[in-house]
Amino acid sequence: MNKIWLIIKREFTFRVRKRSFLVVTLLVPLFFAAMIVVPVLIATSANEEQRIAVIDDSHLFLNKLPDEKGIYFKFLTETAIDTFSKHYEEYGYSGVLYIPAIDINRPLGITYYSGGQPGLGVESHLNRYLNNRIEEVRMEKANIDISQIKGFKSDISIDFRSGKEEKKGSSVIAYAVGYSSGFIIYIILMFFGMSVMRGVMEEKVNRVAEVMVSSVKPFQLMMGKIVGIAGVGLLQFCIWVVLISMLRLVIPSEIMNSAAQNNGSSNAAMIEAASHVRYVMDSINWGLIISCFIFYFLGGYLFYAALFAAVGSLVNEDPTDVQGLTFPITLPIIIGIMVMIAAVQHPNSQMAFWGSIIPFTSPMVMMARIPYGVPGTVPIWQLGLSMGLLIIGFLATTWMAGKIYRTGILMYGKKITWKEAIKWIR
Amino acid sequence: MGLLEVRNLRKDYASHTAVDDISFVIPEGSIFGLLGPNGAGKTTLLRMITGIFYPDKGDILFKGKPFNPENDVHSIGYMPEERGLYKKMKVGEQALYLAQLKGMTEKEAKEKIKYWFDKFDINAWYNKKVEELSKGMQQKVQFISTIIHEPSLLILDEPFSGLDPINSNLIKQEIFDLALNGTTIIFSTHRMEQVEEICDRIMLVNKGKKILDGEVKQIRHDFKQDLFRIGLARVPNFAEVMTYHFTIVSQEESGYIVKLTEGSTTNDILAHFIRQEIPITSFQEILPSINEVFIQQVQQIEEPIN
Repeated sequence: MNKIWLIIKREFTFRVRKRSFLVVTLLVPLFFAAMIVVPVLIATSANEEQRIAVIDDSHLFLNKLPDEKGIYFKFLTETAIDTFSKHYEEYGYSGVLYIPAIDINRPLGITYYSGGQPGLGVESHLNRYLNNRIEEVRMEKANIDISQIKGFKSDISIDFRSGKEEKKGSSVIAYAVGYSSGFIIYIILMFFGMSVMRGVMEEKVNRVAEVMVSSVKPFQLMMGKIVGIAGVGLLQFCIWVVLISMLRLVIPSEIMNSAAQNNGSSNAAMIEAASHVRYVMDSINWGLIISCFIFYFLGGYLFYAALFAAVGSLVNEDPTDVQGLTFPITLPIIIGIMVMIAAVQHPNSQMAFWGSIIPFTSPMVMMARIPYGVPGTVPIWQLGLSMGLLIIGFLATTWMAGKIYRTGILMYGKKITWKEAIKWIR
Repeated sequence: MGLLEVRNLRKDYASHTAVDDISFVIPEGSIFGLLGPNGAGKTTLLRMITGIFYPDKGDILFKGKPFNPENDVHSIGYMPEERGLYKKMKVGEQALYLAQLKGMTEKEAKEKIKYWFDKFDINAWYNKKVEELSKGMQQKVQFISTIIHEPSLLILDEPFSGLDPINSNLIKQEIFDLALNGTTIIFSTHRMEQVEEICDRIMLVNKGKKILDGEVKQIRHDFKQDLFRIGLARVPNFAEVMTYHFTIVSQEESGYIVKLTEGSTTNDILAHFIRQEIPITSFQEILPSINEVFIQQVQQIEEPIN
């Protein structure tokens, strides 16, 4: 026991002290931050202050276009559009809106002059304000009471609930959470699985394997590596959770606000939508999802890591062997991610059910289904069965892989196939 | 009672039997040579003695008790033929890690590392990565990490392969010193000439089977063919060497190699030349080299009719 602890410690500290660990650990949250911040920054930079000159020959719009943050209207009278459309920049305007004397029933010929594209924000502002005003004028002409019309307007949002649960559900949020956790598990299986495989290969190719197994059992060596790398993964995951939640605290105040203000909808609607999202976020059982995530992350990792270790022990100096040998192991993972993508859309389908029960795919597929609700979408017995099978599964793969590893790690010079390796299990 | 006793050991692989009914005893404090061509089953045998493989049949007794890999590996130092170190690990950490895996505490291990690193003059390299070291340096580190826990049984599989002459001598000297201090050493090789120089006892294996074992001197004696090299002051003529006491095997520059006839003694040879008044300058028995014994034995087994 003491020896396996020494091995775990070495595998863990050796990897954590590597520069690449620091780089990956810091880069991933930065990448997430960039995904949120960059689009917002791009949107805001396009929306620098716009001063728009308005030449209104119809006299319908005078001072009826409201200024909003970032967009200011200046009505010019006694200015001819012909010359001004060429010289507006000299007067400090970013564009000229020209409204000819229009027929209110057929409002044609409204033109906006600017250098280059005006940007989505300006375009939607102008369209909306002009349309609103034209509607207003038409209603006035037809003697319709505008305040009454406003009273008729409706903006409801349907309250979607799952029949078996008390809580409010939202399939959009469940989709997002399910998809991302399934995908993260996929990345973890591949990334850390490959990491285990490379570690084993290194030991074999450096010829340190036999030196090691003269002190420890091969199984201890294999498990020490697997557990050590799992520790690295968990540490990394914890750092990410902390860093990303810190980013969440920083980003909304600055970036999210400006993103909201630049958006076409009014602030009130935005706040309402945000509070709705927050409500739905609160309605999701995060405790359950996070604990299931950790279970499936560890279970899936242990299930596949042993197999990757077995592959590592089969590889000889020739690196081209790796591809052929890893294929039977990466294939079920890739099938898993494909089933996951389908399951997150139809969490109650037959395929989603079987995918979330069979241990080869269950870590990914079950994580896609859980956010839709336990016991609503995923009955307790299914979750229990899936977890139980995954535990049995990883015990079985570890046992088999241990047998292959024990022989493979001391086999030099000969190209080994899976067919031979499977014989060693017996 | 020997330190290690092996009884009727057998290990089968899918295609062949690697070790077939081998028994031997190694007395404590001796240097035991395990000899055989490549593929004779030496490495498989050693892997069973080090607890890496389980024998299919037979028993291993270590210090008089059945071999228990779990604990007994702490008393064994094994330098396999396929050996290496973690390339990216620091030299000192590596030695410490391997020593701890042999059951040493961190404190003990550090003291021993300091002692050996000083002795081998590699203390300056403590914090270098293994990959930064020259091959020779790496071999020193490898050797130190094999013996650091002061094993009572040291197993060296082809220890000199890939060593330069300087390191070869250094390690050879260490092997002698360890043996003097009571360490039992198994030394496996296919290079026969090294064995005569180093080993007290040997065992010859071929195709998984033991061919013979015993003390080196005794084996050479057992396989002697009563050949003698005699140096003479002048070349005798044909009549002067006519005798039933010996036959001439070959003529040399200043003498002959002769084979003693059954029933005669070495004194009969000497008396013969003295009678002929041919001065004798030297007289020496020719013992077969282990290599010759080996070749002879292997051929006998493979061609029993001849």
